[in-house]
Amino acid sequence: MSTTNTATLELRNLEVAYTVRGIDREVLRDISLSIAPGEAYGLVGESGCGKSTAAFAAMRYLPRNGKITGGAILFEGKNIVEMADDEVSSLRRSAISMVYQNPATALNPTIRVGDQVAEVFQLSGVSKSDSLEMAQAALVQVQIADPAQVMRRYAHQLSGGMAQRVVIAMALASNPRLLVMDEPTTGLDATVEAEVLDLVRELRRDTGTAVLFISHNLGVIRHMCDRVGVLYAGALVEQGATADLFNNPSHPYTVGLLRCIPRGGLHKSTDRLDTIPGTPPALGTHFDGCVFADRCALADDNCRTRLPQMVTISGAHVARCFHSDKASSMPRSIELIEYASQADVHSVHNDDTLLSINHLSKIFTQDGHKVQVINDVSFNLGFGETLGLVGESGSGKTTIAKLVLGLVSPEEGGVITLDGKGLAKTLNRRDVHDVGSMQIVFQNPDQALNRRHSVTRIVGRAVERLRGFNVSDAIDRAHELLSGMRVEASLHSARPVQLSGGLKQRVAISRAFAGSPQIVVCDEPTSALDVSVQAAILNLLVDLQKQDGVSFIFISHDLGVVRYISDRIAVLYLGRVVEFGTSQRVFNGPFHPYTEALLSSVPNIDGSIRKRIPLTGVVPSPSNPPSGCVLNPRCPRKAGSGYETLCETEEPNLTEVEPGHFMRCHIPVANLKQLQS
Amino acid sequence: MKQFILKRLGLSVVTVFLVAVIVFFLTHILPGNVARQYLGKGATEEDLVEFRRVFGLDRSLLAQLFGWIGDLLHGDLGESMQYRVSVKDLLLPAIGYSSKLAGVAFFLIVPISIAGGVIAAMNRGKKIDRAITVGGLSAAVIPEFVWAIVLVLTVGVTFQIFPVSAFPDEGNRSILNQIWYLILPSISLLLVLFGYIARITRAGVIEALESDYMRTAVLKGMIRRKAVSKHVLRNALLPTIAVIASQVPYLIGGLIAVEIVFNYPGFGTVLKGAVDARDYAVLQSGVIISSLVIVIFQLIADILFAVLNPRIRQKVSE
Repeated sequence: MSTTNTATLELRNLEVAYTVRGIDREVLRDISLSIAPGEAYGLVGESGCGKSTAAFAAMRYLPRNGKITGGAILFEGKNIVEMADDEVSSLRRSAISMVYQNPATALNPTIRVGDQVAEVFQLSGVSKSDSLEMAQAALVQVQIADPAQVMRRYAHQLSGGMAQRVVIAMALASNPRLLVMDEPTTGLDATVEAEVLDLVRELRRDTGTAVLFISHNLGVIRHMCDRVGVLYAGALVEQGATADLFNNPSHPYTVGLLRCIPRGGLHKSTDRLDTIPGTPPALGTHFDGCVFADRCALADDNCRTRLPQMVTISGAHVARCFHSDKASSMPRSIELIEYASQADVHSVHNDDTLLSINHLSKIFTQDGHKVQVINDVSFNLGFGETLGLVGESGSGKTTIAKLVLGLVSPEEGGVITLDGKGLAKTLNRRDVHDVGSMQIVFQNPDQALNRRHSVTRIVGRAVERLRGFNVSDAIDRAHELLSGMRVEASLHSARPVQLSGGLKQRVAISRAFAGSPQIVVCDEPTSALDVSVQAAILNLLVDLQKQDGVSFIFISHDLGVVRYISDRIAVLYLGRVVEFGTSQRVFNGPFHPYTEALLSSVPNIDGSIRKRIPLTGVVPSPSNPPSGCVLNPRCPRKAGSGYETLCETEEPNLTEVEPGHFMRCHIPVANLKQLQS
Repeated sequence: MKQFILKRLGLSVVTVFLVAVIVFFLTHILPGNVARQYLGKGATEEDLVEFRRVFGLDRSLLAQLFGWIGDLLHGDLGESMQYRVSVKDLLLPAIGYSSKLAGVAFFLIVPISIAGGVIAAMNRGKKIDRAITVGGLSAAVIPEFVWAIVLVLTVGVTFQIFPVSAFPDEGNRSILNQIWYLILPSISLLLVLFGYIARITRAGVIEALESDYMRTAVLKGMIRRKAVSKHVLRNALLPTIAVIASQVPYLIGGLIAVEIVFNYPGFGTVLKGAVDARDYAVLQSGVIISSLVIVIFQLIADILFAVLNPRIRQKVSE
C-alpha cells in the first residue's frame, strides 16, 4: 500500500522513442511529473505532442516500435519499467486502469458488454456467476439506466456516452489507485460530455482514485484537474496548480494556446483570433535549445542554443522558459492580410436574401421504418452572412447541408431559392453555375481530397469543371487561389499526404472557392484540427468573406467557434429549428430551454462555475418522436412552468419572441427570462 | 434470423435453377451428333430415330429442358448414355468416394492452414512468419495435379512412405487404412489452398491483435495468450470462414484433377469420363450436384458468419 508521501505515479526523467525506418525518434523528452494519491493531474497539448504516449507509458503499454530509452516510471515507488511482464499484468488487474478515447472500439464487438465487464472481476479470481452480479453493480455505479438489459447488449448497440460509461465501469471494477484517462470525452456530444465528466468527478469524490487526465481541450482540463502540465513536442514546458497556470500562463506556448481559442464573447466583427506562427516540429526533431524557440515571439539566440530549465513562477507553478516573466505580455500574433483595394472589402452583410429555404423536410427509410430527420425547416441567408447550425449528433445539421447542396432531395413542398431563382432539387439537375455557386468544405480533408492528385490538380480540376477554363488557365487560377489561401508556391505540386492538417484544409477551401461560390457550406471544418490551426482557418474564412462577400453555412458542435464566426444561428433539435436569431441573442439569452442546457454543458476556459442545466434521459429516436414538443420529456424548464399539458400535447411553432429572435417553446419568453436570470 | 435463412435459401434455389438452365443449353451446343456417335457408323436411320426417341432427343429443346428439370425434382437423374445404367447408380458411389476424400482433405487443410496463419500473425516479421507466407504462396502457384504427381514420385515411389494410389486393395479397407490412403491426395490439395487460407487468417489475426479491444484486454491485466484466445480468434476467424467457403468450388475442381492422378473412382473421374464420352445425362447431373454442393457451403458460410458476428445477426433478425 502507498504511504501518504509516496506519489501514486511518478515519471522521472522519462524518455520514450519510436523507431521509424530504423531511426529512434524522441517522442517524450525528459518528462518529470508526479501525481499524489487522490489527485487529478491534467496533461494538455496539441496533436503529436506526446500526451497519449505519456498516458500509455504510465500503463507500460507502448506501440511495437516504441521503447523507453531513459528514466523511470514509478508506481507507488516501484519502477514499472523494470518489472517482469506478469507483475505488470497483476498491477493492471488490481491497481492501474485506463479509459480510452474511442469507447466504441475499445469494447470487443463480438462479446456481450456484461461479460466484458465481468471479465475484470474474473481476472482477480471471482467466480463466473458472482462476477456477473458484480458487473451489473458496476454498471449501476456508473449510472446506467436498466443495467440488466445493457449487460446483454453488444458494443454497437450502445450510444457513445453509454459505451464510455461501460468502459469507465470496467476501469473502476478493479478498484484502481490510478486511473489513466486518454481523451475520455473527445467525440462525444456536449451534453453527453458534461454528463460523463460529472460522473468522473463524482466517482473520484467517492473512490479517491488518482487520475492522469489527457486532453486537448483546455476547458475540460480546467474543470477536471487539480494540477496541469503542458506538453509541447514531447517536453513538459509548464506545470502548476490549475488556477495558477490558467490565470498566469508563463510559457509562451501556453499563452499562445490560450489566446487561440475563440472564447467568451469574441466575435469576428471586432476581434481577430491569435494564432501560433509556424508548425509543430516533426516527430523526433533534435533541439539544442528550447523546443518552442522556432515559433516563439520572445526567442533570442540564447533560447536556440541553450536548453532552459524549469523556473519557479510561484509555489509549485513552474515554466521551462528564460523569459517566463515576459510571457503573459508577449506581443499578440495576428496575421494581417492586405486586401487588393479597400473598395473591395465587404464590411458587413446586408439583409438582402441570397438563399431562401422554405419548408424543407426529409424522410429516410431505415429497416422499413420511416424516419423523419428534418421537419419543416425554413430560413434565409443574406449576402455575405454566416449562418451557424448548432445541435448534437442526430439533430439534422449535416442533412440540412446536403439538402441545400442538392446531395439529397427534399420531400414534396420543400423549396430552395438562390438569388431569387428556384433551384432544382437534386445536384445532377442543377446547371454548372448553380453547382459552382454552392460548395462545401468537409470536416476531414484527408478523406475529401484525392490523395493521388497534386494540390494544383485538385484545385485546377474544380476550376476547369466549374468555370469552364482551359487547362492552363485553370492551373493559373488554381495557383492564384492557393496562394490566396496562403498555401506556399513550393507546396503546389505536393500531394495531400505531404501536408499538415491545416494545409490540407486550406487546399479543400481553395477547391470550394474554385467556382467563385456565393455560398460555402462548412461542415465542422476545424473539428479535426488543433486550436492554433483552427484559429488560422477561422481567420482565413473571415478574410474570404470580407474579400469576396461570400456567405457561409457553418456547422459545428463547438459553440465557441460558432459564436465567433456566425452572424445568425439556428439551434437544431431532432430535425427542427428550436431557436433562431443573431449570434448575440442566441448566446446572451433569453434562451430556449434546449439551448440553455447545451450552453451550460460546455466547460469554459475562464474557470467560471456555471450551473449546469442537465438534459435528462436520452435523445429520442427520430422514428418515434415524443408527442407535443419534441423536447418535452427532457426539458429542464417544463416542470413547474404551468404549461406542462400544452408541452406534452401540442408541438409549439417557431415564433418571434423578440425582434429577430425566434423560439419554438410554449413557455412565454418573459417566464424563461425570469427563470434564467 | 429465420427470415434471413429462408431468404438465402430462396436465393440458393434460384441459383441452382439458373445453373441447370445454363448447363442444359451448354451441353446441347456441344458439337457432334449424339445418336450417331453412340450407335456408330453402321447404325441405320431407324436406329438413330429409335435412340433419339428413347432419350427424348426428338422433342423440342424447351420440352427437353422442362422434362429434365421435372425429372430432377423427382430425384430421377436419367440414364447414362454411355453405360446404359441409371445415372444415380453411377454417381452415388462416386460421390461417396469423393466425399471421403473431400472430408479427409477438409479436416487436414482447415486446421493446418488456420494454425499456420495464427502462428504467422503471432510472430509477425520473424522468420517463421516469412516461411509460412512466402512458402504458402509459392506452393499455391503450382497446380494441384502437378503437386499430386510430384508427391507420388517422391514420397510414394522413391521414399515409399505413402501408398501411390488413393484406394486400398480389397481385404484391408478399414476406415483408418482408407484415411491413410487418402492423405497423400489431400496433401496435394493442402499445398495449393494453405497459402490462401493462412494469409487471410494471418491478416484477420493481425487486425484483431492491433485492435483497440485487444488493447483493452491486455490493459485489464490479461496475459497475452489468454487475451488472444478469448478476444482475438473469434473476431479474426470471421473473414477466414468466408474465404474457406469461397474455396469450396476450388476444392471440388482440385478433387477432379487429383482423383484422376491417383486413379480414384470418385466423382471427378466419373465426370471426366462423361465429358470424354459426351454423356449428357451424367454431365448435366454432375454439374447440378457440384453447384448444389457449392451453394450449400456458401449458405453454411453465410449463416456461420452471421451467427458469429452480432452486428450482422442483429441486422438480419430485424
